[in-house]
Amino acid sequence: MRVPISWLREFVDVPLDATPEDVHAALVSVGFEEEDVHGFEVSGPIVVGQVLEFTPEPQSNGKTINWCQVDVGEAEPRGIVCGAHNFVTGDKVVVSLPGATLPGPFPISARKTYGHVSDGMIASARELGLGEEHDGILRLASLGLDPEVGADAISLLGLDDWAIEVNVTPDRGYAFSIRGIAREYAHATGAEFRDPALAPALRHAPASGFPVTIDDRSPVRGRTGASVFVTRVVRGIDAGSPSPAWLVARLKLAGIRSISVVVDITNYVMLELGQPTHGYDLDALSGGITVRRAAPGETLETLDGQRRTLHVEDLLIADDSGPIGLAGVMGGASTEIGATTVNVLVEAANFDPVSIARSARRHRLPSEASKRFERGVDPAIADAAAARVVELLESLTGGHADTLGSRWNVAVAAEPIELPDGYVEALVGADYSDDEIVAALTDIGATIERATGALSVAPPSWRPDLTDKATLVEEVARIVGYDRIPAVLPTAPPGRGLSRSQRLRRAAAQVLAANGLTEVLSYPFVTSATNDTFGSAVEGPVPAIRLLNPLDAESPFLRTSLLPGLIEVAHRNLSRGLTDLALYEIGSVFRPQAGESYGSGPLPSGIVRPSLTELGELFESIPPQPLHVAALFVGAAVVHQPGQPAVARGIADALDAARQLAASVDAALTIGQGSHHAMHPGRTAELFVANQAVGFAGELLPALADELDLPRVTAVLEVNLELLIEFSAREVVPVSISSFPAATQDLSLVVPVEVPAAQVLSAVVDGAGDLLEDARLVDDYRGSGVPAGSKSITLALRFRAPDRTLTAAEASDAKLAGAAIAAERFGATVRE
Amino acid sequence: MPDALNITDESVAAAVEAALAALAAATDSASLRSARTEHTGESSVLARLGGMLRDVPNDQKAAAGKLVGQARGQVTQAFAAREAELFVAEETARLAAEAVDVTAVPSRRIPGARHPLTLLQETIGDVFIGMGWEIAEGPELENEWFNFDALNFDEDHPARAMQDTFFVDPLDSHLVLRTQTSPVQIRSLLTRELPLYVVSPGKVFRTDELDATHTPVFHQVEGIAIDKGLTMAHLRGTLEHFARIMFGAEAKIRLRPNYFPFTEPSAEMDVWQPGAKGGARWVEWGGCGMVNRNVLRAAGIDPDEYQGFAFGMGIERTLMFRNNLADMRDMVEGDVRFSQQFGMVV
Repeated sequence: MRVPISWLREFVDVPLDATPEDVHAALVSVGFEEEDVHGFEVSGPIVVGQVLEFTPEPQSNGKTINWCQVDVGEAEPRGIVCGAHNFVTGDKVVVSLPGATLPGPFPISARKTYGHVSDGMIASARELGLGEEHDGILRLASLGLDPEVGADAISLLGLDDWAIEVNVTPDRGYAFSIRGIAREYAHATGAEFRDPALAPALRHAPASGFPVTIDDRSPVRGRTGASVFVTRVVRGIDAGSPSPAWLVARLKLAGIRSISVVVDITNYVMLELGQPTHGYDLDALSGGITVRRAAPGETLETLDGQRRTLHVEDLLIADDSGPIGLAGVMGGASTEIGATTVNVLVEAANFDPVSIARSARRHRLPSEASKRFERGVDPAIADAAAARVVELLESLTGGHADTLGSRWNVAVAAEPIELPDGYVEALVGADYSDDEIVAALTDIGATIERATGALSVAPPSWRPDLTDKATLVEEVARIVGYDRIPAVLPTAPPGRGLSRSQRLRRAAAQVLAANGLTEVLSYPFVTSATNDTFGSAVEGPVPAIRLLNPLDAESPFLRTSLLPGLIEVAHRNLSRGLTDLALYEIGSVFRPQAGESYGSGPLPSGIVRPSLTELGELFESIPPQPLHVAALFVGAAVVHQPGQPAVARGIADALDAARQLAASVDAALTIGQGSHHAMHPGRTAELFVANQAVGFAGELLPALADELDLPRVTAVLEVNLELLIEFSAREVVPVSISSFPAATQDLSLVVPVEVPAAQVLSAVVDGAGDLLEDARLVDDYRGSGVPAGSKSITLALRFRAPDRTLTAAEASDAKLAGAAIAAERFGATVRE
Repeated sequence: MPDALNITDESVAAAVEAALAALAAATDSASLRSARTEHTGESSVLARLGGMLRDVPNDQKAAAGKLVGQARGQVTQAFAAREAELFVAEETARLAAEAVDVTAVPSRRIPGARHPLTLLQETIGDVFIGMGWEIAEGPELENEWFNFDALNFDEDHPARAMQDTFFVDPLDSHLVLRTQTSPVQIRSLLTRELPLYVVSPGKVFRTDELDATHTPVFHQVEGIAIDKGLTMAHLRGTLEHFARIMFGAEAKIRLRPNYFPFTEPSAEMDVWQPGAKGGARWVEWGGCGMVNRNVLRAAGIDPDEYQGFAFGMGIERTLMFRNNLADMRDMVEGDVRFSQQFGMVV
């Protein structure tokens, strides 16, 4: 809301030397955040001039300029070049003299142009910042002005005014008005507030004049669409009358463009009182007005020239011809006031916030009127607003109001709220005297009665947001000031610290970073193609959640894998010349299960605890969203350095990261040959914990890496971190450490090439028994001495007994027992 | 005349002299080793002289034994001393040869880094864990009831309109990407026991295009405390404690009236940031207030028995003013140089 300071001063005293910062500070203290300051950004000398004579001079560029002699109240007229042609001799105009500055900033100086020295400039409305009009210069007569020549045009036009802009929260509809802000300024400063809605006693008692019918047969959420509907008729206006300068300047500062005098007046009254009003061309109306819901298929051409198909929930203003306005949102074209309008019907109504909000949203038509109705307009000010419009129409357009207006009013005053003694202190934690509480609530316009053990507080008509005792507490606290609230640290009951899962997730993140990976965060929005590529090991469509209103229409799906995001991040880094990358991300993926449907039916009420069945449905309405961790590696693991050739990244990095990750959460990882349609067929591992698949690691299919514009060798890892942590829950039974000497022996076994080394190793471990302390793969040899189709796997074995020094024979026996199991499982033979 | 070898003063002295000469001639441990074998080994003169002792008449045995023994001792000792000397010299030379330019030793692993946004969430979590609070979590794709209805957002509240919230297709599934971490409040109220003191950091979503100050995916941390007798004073006390840990002992909190559907009274909080670059200042930090009575009712809690406060702030915004960052885009693009500036600590 923008508030011109001159306007604010009409209703509350603001110190003459107050700066915009002062006014902002006062309003911030009562809950209106500062947004901006607006002014005209002009400085003098800018004066009233009168065109004494002018000579049109055609130019070689095809234009004709006027060489004008302008009286600016000095001894001699000034010679000024002017390109406009919309004036005649004798017109009074605005002259910016050398030294003046117009908005831009555009400094004015005497300058040579078109063969003359132009000693100033005749300004247009746009050049002065007063509007968009730039077809010609501003003729003061068009603003109804006939000032003295040489007078200061800045104050004449209100260009010395300025406005503050504050943010109005959705609960404070009344503050979308000068009236509301003036009241709040009074709360903040203690200055006296003069309510403009009380000001002029009505000159004409409203009665049943123009016929109005309220016929709402399907109220939205049980509330009738219109609770107040006031009309007044003003006849014999001159719709072409100029909007006066003060009106134009104030509207402009308030952010509203001047359109025509009648529209300007309705806008002015809306800004002043917060009550949207509408003017109809009375002669374009057929019969009386009915306020009703739209019929199926009905249409309306709104003021913006659009023909809109109406919804049966839309509240309409209609006459015998059909719809003539979308109530509270926008008027209709058929009854629009034009330059030839003579008689005007003025409407000031109070419409149901929900009904208006829905219509404005449905038709994507947020207007100044709908903004106010949505937040609640004071139902008690319709009369005052209509009267103010009538007063301005009479004084500015020469019209005369009919004696009779009409008023329909079913607005019900809100029930008083009980505020128990001590409740303010109990909620705020600061002390307030009874007098303070009563004074604060009285100040905001409430009517208070003392009851037993409580105050009975009737909220003012403009505060529909005051609905329970807590809302009253906020009023007391803010009027007294939040600075009253002390700081007291509460004592929480003893907590249990981080959960196991939270601790392990942190450990996982920390360990990956400590092992050379850099953590990144990516967006979860992806295409269906990327989801199908990475969301499943087998080819085919992957079920995914689709957004209704994605930012990018190409990527409306939620990720089922973290890899698409990492790939995008990798691209960005590669394109910036960062070629050796090890990235990881920990984040949720969204995994709806095939055949399942998600979502819930109509939602339960938000103000009582839902039933167990309803809660169950709500909890189960969302798809699984497991936390994953993914990593991506390209470039060199070890870069080329003195005496150190580069070591390229590949599957080994992905598997190392998997091992580090598993170790960080204490999971016993096993690695098996895997397959994934997006991965290299021979370089993909499936990862298991406790025989459960938890993820995969390996190198991207080179053709896919190519297609994705990544290096041919791109290693990746993706693990379901939640599963990893869940299955890692193992109980460690520590054994005492033997200090007897170890016996170490190597064992080479010849096995078919297709037998994985890890299985050979595990066979030996199974067979060697308890004496085997450690077994490690040291060689995989194929070639001379080993039959074709076979390989020689060499294991380094370390044996140790808990209670004695082992003999070489004991170790050899254990080793051969291991070899025997490998022989049994794979036909392994010992290679001497 | 080897055959004429006898144990005499002369022969022993000659053997010792020869041994010492050989020792002096040895320049490294290898030649020293062969000289020692030659002069102290089994076939050396001194060994042979020693062997003759058994043929010496008994009355001369002691003198002859002493003579030979002393000679062998002298030679052995000399070799040992020389060996030690050569070892030191040679080891020193070896170490010198093994010296490297420590500024050019190849590195095996390029250091990694955490993302400062996740680190900051952990730091904030730790502050509250230290006060006995716990960390609560909830899903990012959420049912509207938790994100709006239960938080006292009327079904016609403007914040539920299309321009802010990502809705799941179809609309009547009532699923949304959570626009705030507040649904975790509701889940906590529904599933945990009272009194309740939890914070919930996490990712949230709004339909804003990415620019210097907006991102459609960002992070918040939200806290809620429900107990008997909690007041706005406790809210302020909690926030001030939090602010001091985050911004230094001088930090303080200013509350300004504001509006949120889920709190009443509501406040905007500013923090006094003593160490701000360019001088101490007030910075807008987040929103807070006393939990709205309707929110408690939605969780089946009697608002006349229990009451409490809630607060929330943006992690990105906190990082921006705490670490003097100008552009939101750096935080979301994933350029590794951004995280690497922070390393493992924020």
